[in-house]
Amino acid sequence: MNSLRLARSRPGPAFTVTFDGREIEALPGWTVAAALWAAGITSWRTTRHEGRPRGILCGIGVCFDCLVTVNDRPNQRACLVPARPGDVIRTQEGTGHAD
Amino acid sequence: MRTDLAVIGAGPAGLAAALAAAARGVRVTLVDAGPEAGGQFYRQPAAGLGARRPGALHHQWRTWKRLREGLDRHIAAGRIVHLADHHVWCVERRSGHAPGDFAVHALLGPEQNEPAVVRATAVLLATGGYERVLPFPGWTLPGVVTAGGAQAMLKGGLVVPGQRVVVAGTGPLLLPVATGLAAAGTTVAALVESADPRLLARQARGLAAEPGKAVEAAGYGVRLLRHRVRVLVRHTVVEAHGTGRLTGVTVASLDADGRVRAGTGRRIPCDSLAVGHGMLPHTELAETLGCRVDGGRVHVDEEQRTDVPGVWAAGEATGVGGAGLALAEGHLAGRSIAARLTGARPDEHGGKRAAASRAALRRFADALDHAYPPRAHWAEQVTDETVVCRCEEVRAGAVREAVRDLGAGDPRTVKLLTRAGMGWCQGRMCGPAVAGVAGCPETVTRRPFARPVPLGVLAREPGEGQV
Repeated sequence: MNSLRLARSRPGPAFTVTFDGREIEALPGWTVAAALWAAGITSWRTTRHEGRPRGILCGIGVCFDCLVTVNDRPNQRACLVPARPGDVIRTQEGTGHAD
Repeated sequence: MRTDLAVIGAGPAGLAAALAAAARGVRVTLVDAGPEAGGQFYRQPAAGLGARRPGALHHQWRTWKRLREGLDRHIAAGRIVHLADHHVWCVERRSGHAPGDFAVHALLGPEQNEPAVVRATAVLLATGGYERVLPFPGWTLPGVVTAGGAQAMLKGGLVVPGQRVVVAGTGPLLLPVATGLAAAGTTVAALVESADPRLLARQARGLAAEPGKAVEAAGYGVRLLRHRVRVLVRHTVVEAHGTGRLTGVTVASLDADGRVRAGTGRRIPCDSLAVGHGMLPHTELAETLGCRVDGGRVHVDEEQRTDVPGVWAAGEATGVGGAGLALAEGHLAGRSIAARLTGARPDEHGGKRAAASRAALRRFADALDHAYPPRAHWAEQVTDETVVCRCEEVRAGAVREAVRDLGAGDPRTVKLLTRAGMGWCQGRMCGPAVAGVAGCPETVTRRPFARPVPLGVLAREPGEGQV
């Protein structure tokens, strides 16, 4: 990626997480949102009332739009939570407590 | 943990204050939500990314290095304790105790399940700000992000929202966001600014107070040209298109009053939109402490003192003015705190340069405010179907109905009737939008908890003897 080149980044070894069962690569230091963006994914929640897709809005933990389920824990802000090797990330449907 | 001074926020204001106070013998605890110091302006690439040129996406990197070195020195000497990943949800004035006894309540880590408390004699609120985004049809589509959010993701994770981005809204932040995304290899399809450049020209005198800023702005201009970014002034995004994710935006030109000129709409294909309409100060902690807040800013005196004894404030929380102003205010706050904690008055002569710089930068910030006014008549573009409150999915039509048919005359009544502002973000994102659509002035909302707190944490808040 250009941005990594721009900062002359030499990241540690990449690792794998899954998003809705699909394997994606993540770099150490990335938040869950950064890993999803890098994989071209922009939405990972559906709203409680209308089931509309949502992803990042504010990027700094204020808006709570980027909520996601990580390792069976719903309502995690993807823009704050670091991605860790083996994380099981799932699209959060509504409150995340339905299933 | 007990300390002389708790500084809330490790951005430019908090760091400058912590360094100034620590240098004068104050024991400082720096309490910050970020994994590393720097705040939003100096948000660092995550350590794991091994950035060897971390300053590539930043401005005034030399200033950051000076702050960082100062912080490291004071930490090594035991004068500053830096508590990273501490999300402060309340600062409590402990009545019944001696004056100057505060408890800073925080939640630990990104998961925010574990509590922590810092007891302090004095508190500096350097809580910074966040971006205002006004709604328009399609703004809830994935791919629409705030301009500051795109920048935060780029600075911190070195990631971009897509391949082809439109940067839109109003304000000086749009320039570095557009040039940053372009430098990172994203195609910036257009920079859409609603303000009239003639307003900028009219503020020439105020802006000339800071010639360095003019050079900075010219630098952005050159970079926009180099990346062949199309700049549309007096234009606005009237709609974002797509199903499931963004595929394009319609932009239109504005007349002298700020109304969309009919028939000028044109579509720009893009997979992301970085949009922002200026900055808002974070004032929740100040409001809970009972500090006077005027027009959304924490009120402070010449020494950056709030009207609550023992509480100082600096940076964007006291009025949005940028990193340079935050540094000057933080420095003056740090000097004042060091003096006042020993019962002395701050040495005015020593703070002269910072005070002069603060005055000049405040004039500059005022000039910018006039040059980038929020677009008039924006609410006319908000159709009844447009979601205004994103958390509770309240549409503009419901807000208008509350005013027209149910007699709501203020944002609080609108909230009670529609749930607009009752969701996770507690109205932070939709506050200005709901007020604008309802046609009522914004009111100060008290939020005793500055962020959601798990009930389990409240249940086991440490008692008297434990803190």
